Amino acid sequence: MSTPTSADTQGPLWEVFVQEEGGAAHVHAGSVHAPDREMALQNARDVYARRGRVASLWVVESDSIAATAPADRASFFESAFDKIYRHPQFYKVPRGIRGL
Amino acid sequence: MENSTDETAALESAFQARLDADETIEPRDWMPDRYRKQLVRMISQHAHSEVVGMLPEGNWITRAPSLRRKTGLLAKVQDEAGHGLYLYGAAETLGTSREEMIAQVLGGSAKYSSIFNYPTLSWADVGAIGWLVDGAAIVNQTTLAKTSYGPYARAMLRICAEENFHKRQGFEILASLATGTPGQRAMAQDAVDRWWWPTLMMFGPPDVASPNSAELMRWKVKPKSNDELRQRFVDLTVPQAKAIGLTIPDPDLAWDDESSHWRFGKIDWDEFWLVVRGNGPMNRERLRARREAHEGGRWVREAAEAYDAKQRARKAVA
Repeated sequence: MSTPTSADTQGPLWEVFVQEEGGAAHVHAGSVHAPDREMALQNARDVYARRGRVASLWVVESDSIAATAPADRASFFESAFDKIYRHPQFYKVPRGIRGL
Repeated sequence: MENSTDETAALESAFQARLDADETIEPRDWMPDRYRKQLVRMISQHAHSEVVGMLPEGNWITRAPSLRRKTGLLAKVQDEAGHGLYLYGAAETLGTSREEMIAQVLGGSAKYSSIFNYPTLSWADVGAIGWLVDGAAIVNQTTLAKTSYGPYARAMLRICAEENFHKRQGFEILASLATGTPGQRAMAQDAVDRWWWPTLMMFGPPDVASPNSAELMRWKVKPKSNDELRQRFVDLTVPQAKAIGLTIPDPDLAWDDESSHWRFGKIDWDEFWLVVRGNGPMNRERLRARREAHEGGRWVREAAEAYDAKQRARKAVA
């Protein structure tokens, strides 16, 4: 192995997801820099979990995330907007019936 | 050419319409170049301020008067590091790298809050910073939590939730000194005398002389003006000083019944510009300490990088 270059980099960027309590979803909290995943987890703990309220942490390299483009919103999600029959309000129920 | 100008104008007006409808702008959304530039400037300055802000207080960690005070101060200084990192992260979403921002600080071209170019001469200064400087920061940041750029607003929410501890620990330090021996009392008053005016300057130049304000308010980056925020801070802080028997060093300070505000004296803007331009009491020392810390950490970054390279090489062989 050659010695590391002295590029003085901050390392790759990682996105941090925090689960505040067991059973809850992991929610995006922010990002950290770290050379590897172990240090990314440690940095994420030091930056985003300094005060209890944490059950679990995920880190994922930012480059590995695929995301939709804002400009494609209309076409990409079209089918989510025009299928009203996917909502309970679409279906008629006679008056006076409870629990539906 | 004509066409692309029209296109930009259309994008710009759609952008302003989104802001006017109180929508949040996210990293991948279209935004005017100048909006991006102004945000990078604001957020990175804010990040640098958090990090440089560790220096005047860190100076007192080893000399904190009790274990209770020392643990509190250590936790506060760690928070400032964390706040710097939240903010660098928010600025990075706009396409500026961490390395670039750090190089700007170390090279002396980036600005940070002028307040940190004043020295911490006594233990009471740690109290004054927590109470006044963090108190002023909270007033500013509470409104910035509603800023139009999503990552900045979310970083602000996190920071505000943590800053209240800073303000209270500072106030407790000053309140203890203010009810102590005559010497301790004098120390507390001296700290307030030195920190009051620089704290008022933290909100930036008066609205009439603040070149960026109108644009930043139109973009809903800055929800309130410098003068509005400064007034809010004064109104909040004067009664707190009275409660612990400390005097605000302003002979013109007076309650105005009509407006229900505290009227305060003239701020020495010459001093403000002197410090902003690099000639405050501690500008050179802060930059020296920042560079020394960066160089001191170089071997850690290199070791971490080498370790990662070794792990990868091993995995490749296996």
